[in-house]
Amino acid sequence: MVNAIVNVPAQAKRGEVIEIRTLARHVMETGFRRTQLGELIPRDILTSFVCTYNGTEIFRAELYPAIAANPLLTFTTVATETGTIAFRWTGDKGFSVTETATITVT
Amino acid sequence: MSARLGGRVAGVACIFLSLAVTAEIPLAERRSGYEFMGRETRAMQDDDVVNPGMLWVLDGEALWSRRSGAADRSCADCHGDARASMKGVAARYPAFDAARGRPINLEQRINVCRADRQQAPPLAFESRELLALAAYVARQSRGLPVEVVIDERTKPFLDAGRATFFRRQGQLNLACTQCHDERWGKKLAGNPIPQAHPTGYPLYRLEWQGLGSLQRRLRNCFTGIRAEPYPYGAPESVDLELYLMWRARGMKVEAPAVRP
Amino acid sequence: MTTRREFLVLAAASVGAAGTAQAQLDPNLAAQRKAAFEAAIRRVVGDAPVRPGKVKLDVPPLIDNGNSVPLSVAVESPMTAADHVKAIHVFTEKNPQPNVVSVQLGPRAGRARLATRIRLADTGNVIAIAQMSDGSFWSDSAEVVVTLSACLEEGLI
Repeated sequence: MVNAIVNVPAQAKRGEVIEIRTLARHVMETGFRRTQLGELIPRDILTSFVCTYNGTEIFRAELYPAIAANPLLTFTTVATETGTIAFRWTGDKGFSVTETATITVT
Repeated sequence: MSARLGGRVAGVACIFLSLAVTAEIPLAERRSGYEFMGRETRAMQDDDVVNPGMLWVLDGEALWSRRSGAADRSCADCHGDARASMKGVAARYPAFDAARGRPINLEQRINVCRADRQQAPPLAFESRELLALAAYVARQSRGLPVEVVIDERTKPFLDAGRATFFRRQGQLNLACTQCHDERWGKKLAGNPIPQAHPTGYPLYRLEWQGLGSLQRRLRNCFTGIRAEPYPYGAPESVDLELYLMWRARGMKVEAPAVRP
Repeated sequence: MTTRREFLVLAAASVGAAGTAQAQLDPNLAAQRKAAFEAAIRRVVGDAPVRPGKVKLDVPPLIDNGNSVPLSVAVESPMTAADHVKAIHVFTEKNPQPNVVSVQLGPRAGRARLATRIRLADTGNVIAIAQMSDGSFWSDSAEVVVTLSACLEEGLI
């Protein structure tokens, strides 16, 4: 099952600022909606997103119910070295998904 | 003299024909729902990297190669690379199914393959897996013109679908044509009324916060006019799908589209 | 003092701007949400003043559907070790919960930029607050008019 799509340039020049786009599959149930019978649908959202570059954290986001379903997060980072960019989404009910991408920096 | 009489008869016949189709949008004036959306929603559809529908397309790609059922076969085992074999397929559905003697839509066709070729149980309508496969197949038709086949076998079903489109229904006593043929472009509850061409299905609807089929959207339409929605797979619903796709003939497939 | 007054001016300005659009919410509910919005900002900012500037918040002035509103924030900053954006916080005043997203950045970001899609319950203001490495706070706010699609599903599938 595809849990996330990440878009990282395959190559970059050292020092170049690259854009990273991520799309995660998650319903982001706000906890404010009710069923037809009036019962509150419990909250089920992604709460945290962390991105590391060869192990060093470069971006972190705290997500709240106001983030739309199937969250898109776009941010930038400096291409410092060749390696692995890792992404981790965590959320309610013990949700945890990771994804990685490699980048070659010349 | 007889030529003039013939001409007059032909003229009268033309009037009758035109009365039947006055409400229909002239082919050249047809516009996709894409054109009625805001700039930001269009941007979501245009870029595969940010189009949430792609989550389902990629899922479908994985399911395509997954063996299933007593026959232990995958879609790929018969159809090979979907990018080649499925090109143009979604653009001609709903299509006539000889075994069932009536048109069936893409989701039903996938379940026919599952039953007949994979000996696997059908996937539930609107299930993640069925939508993923439908989205993956539909994606292979993107950019191609809608081309459902109307011949002596499918014509009665097209007519049934057209009759539904033109029939007043529900507590609001509205027919689809009144909004979507006669008042497209005007506003309803602050939003522009589109022409209702299903060129982008299955699509990601912001309202659903997820991907869904044309049948799901039609159910919303019926609920909207306070009419009883057809159950999934109902023949009346597929007839209406056939009519809508025929009405959109020649327009480009946009699947997976994004709509508000 | 000046800090509190500046804060209140900021909050009042955002409310004033929203007042020009139709207020759909029950006034008690609107008041509760506004109070929660101000409290959420205060939790992040404390007593420090929040100045308009340096931040550019991009949201469409009118959106098809409040379920998915594209939002992007860009902050002017050299993003060096000595001078960078530490965090960007986004809040909105009409949602049942005022926080939208908080991101932690640093010099490795290269640029202080963020794009995402948010949910807005009603026409109202969105505010983005940038927290700088020198402890200062800067902001930008914008109003979004939210319309909803016709023929709603109403919980049926």
